[in-house]
Amino acid sequence: MKFNTENGLRRIVLSLGVSAGLLIATGAQAKDTVELGFIGPLTGGVSSVGLGGRNSAELAVKLRNADPDSKYHYELVVLDDECKPNVGVQVATKMATDRKVVATIAHYCSSVAMGTVDVYHRFGLPATVWGAVLPDITYGNDYAEITRVNGTMINQNETAAQFMTELGYKTFAIIHDTTDYGKGHNKYLSQFLTQNGAEVVGTFGVTSDQQDFTAELTQVKSLNPDVVVYAGLTPGGVRVRQQMKKLGIEAVFEGVSGIKSDVFFEGLSGDLAEGAVTFLEGAPAEKLPGGAYFLKEYAAADFDSPPEAYGPFAFAATDLLIDAVEASGPDRKAIVKYMSTVKEHDSITGPITFDNHGQNTVARITAYVAQGGKWVVWEDSDYAKGTLSLAAPK
Amino acid sequence: MDLGLIAQYLANGILLGTMYALVAVGFTLFFGVLDVIKFSHGDVLMLGTFIGFTAWLGLEAVGILKPWIQLLGVLLCSLAGTALIGAAIAKWLILPLKKAPQLNTLLITLMLGTAIREAVRLFYPNGSNPKAFPALLPNSSIEIGNFALRADSVILVVSGLALIGLLNLVINRTRLGLAIRAVAQDEETARTMGINYTLVVLATFAIGSGVAAFAGIMNGLYYNEINFGMGLILGLIGFSAAIIGGLGNLYGAILGGFLFAGLQVIGAALLPFASAYKDVFAFSVVIALMAWKPTGLIPERSSDRV
Repeated sequence: MKFNTENGLRRIVLSLGVSAGLLIATGAQAKDTVELGFIGPLTGGVSSVGLGGRNSAELAVKLRNADPDSKYHYELVVLDDECKPNVGVQVATKMATDRKVVATIAHYCSSVAMGTVDVYHRFGLPATVWGAVLPDITYGNDYAEITRVNGTMINQNETAAQFMTELGYKTFAIIHDTTDYGKGHNKYLSQFLTQNGAEVVGTFGVTSDQQDFTAELTQVKSLNPDVVVYAGLTPGGVRVRQQMKKLGIEAVFEGVSGIKSDVFFEGLSGDLAEGAVTFLEGAPAEKLPGGAYFLKEYAAADFDSPPEAYGPFAFAATDLLIDAVEASGPDRKAIVKYMSTVKEHDSITGPITFDNHGQNTVARITAYVAQGGKWVVWEDSDYAKGTLSLAAPK
Repeated sequence: MDLGLIAQYLANGILLGTMYALVAVGFTLFFGVLDVIKFSHGDVLMLGTFIGFTAWLGLEAVGILKPWIQLLGVLLCSLAGTALIGAAIAKWLILPLKKAPQLNTLLITLMLGTAIREAVRLFYPNGSNPKAFPALLPNSSIEIGNFALRADSVILVVSGLALIGLLNLVINRTRLGLAIRAVAQDEETARTMGINYTLVVLATFAIGSGVAAFAGIMNGLYYNEINFGMGLILGLIGFSAAIIGGLGNLYGAILGGFLFAGLQVIGAALLPFASAYKDVFAFSVVIALMAWKPTGLIPERSSDRV
């Protein structure tokens, strides 16, 4: 192939012109505009949660921009971490090196957040976690930049273990993915189950994108537990539940916060999802202090996907960071300082108080059961009322 | 260990093995006729499965709801579509590169695979989420102690093995098979004997891709779930199976497929350490086997190569 120099040169000149034009265009707007980042899984198996979080963050920005009293105009810079640690570190670095971004709302996937907290710390970018639940994200370091509005899996599993043992279940088999998220859940759930007098009869580590679980489940079948727990995200949960049926395992299927997504029902045909139990920090949007307001505004904004489980937290995180900018100006250091003083801060998920690791101390865990193709709060479900029942303890 | 459990592991292993063998057969066919390794094989398989899934959505939309007719439609569309794609890849990407170093073919198919995978992820509606593949086979099962024998697994294994058998017949008993074997042995001589070389190559790629699509549909029917990344690991396993069996040998591919499935099941079931390492175990054994027998368990007769 011959290289056409003249044509190539023309292209270079043209592209230079275009980029110069773009620079001028953004430069003209930069005044009074404050950029906030949002990072979450917008593609891949858990993208529905990521999109719900992004929409909720956008909603918070939109509502504040409509407020005539706000001092700045806010813009959301959205990046996709694909729920992959390597991609997460790339986009976090991109976000952190963009000096126009003053703070970011970041991560649903714990394995990604574990990789990126160092990046935020190195570049001094305040990052507020909106969905990842691994304790070490806040407790594993002393980074002042990192804060988290949702609870951790310690709270989640403490409640889960207590809840299940109170229902009379004694033996548990745990299948967990080998990411930080799955391993963390396995660790805390096993610990609290044992404390509550139950027995973990088998633990199986699996890769997070594993397709075939029949070998693990065949072993589970021989152990004959009351409950099969999958500690991982929705795609894996769907496969485990699917293949439990194939092997004829009669046990309660218990998940963790990572499977509480509406995609769980899309991936499972028939009534396979029915009777699955899972736990989640916070409470359903309509039961939160500011839930009615959030849902009304979310519906009014006409997004094409639901807020999903963590939408309210993304909204609260965004709103909190905007409050920080309003109070202390669009400066990273000032925001970090402001965040360390947050106490009883009003939000739609309830008052936010950060401890000295930036972790919101308000732990509120809700149990859910799959009923009629929806996640229903346990207390409101037909299972709690006794009209339906889970597989009985053996 | 309980007898029912052993039977269960065996049944799981046989099903996986059939699936792997079907993928491995493609690799071995392509290598046989053209001496190329087509790395996009797994992603072509995934594409074929999505074609089948789309056909199912179409049938649902026009109101054809009988599972057997749906299954037939899905298989027909998927196999035919994928066979065409396979032939097209051979014609426009692989044959033109025949005189180039083999590395180029390897690279171009590797890139093609990535392009197909990303295209499905980005352009198929909601393509990044897993899709619930319909259960079109009867879901009855017989429980014998700890062993659940499912009708759908039996049908899948039987039809998979039947397809391999049919392929074997085609290769060994038909004029097309004769032509394929002739080209595999010596291209020059085959040409002088009046064999339409291009046609034989295209037919081989069509057959190999169609068989892979069958494995993809099988995968979908068994797990009731498909996703854009399913071809990646299946392709890798199929390739390894073809290599340990002996690249270029049909029986080797089948042997390799079952061997790999067996290793995975053993890795998950019998080894004392966590099942998370079952793929590590299976691939390590493959490495060891390759060190021991570099040309595979059933090597191609060396006279074919000179």
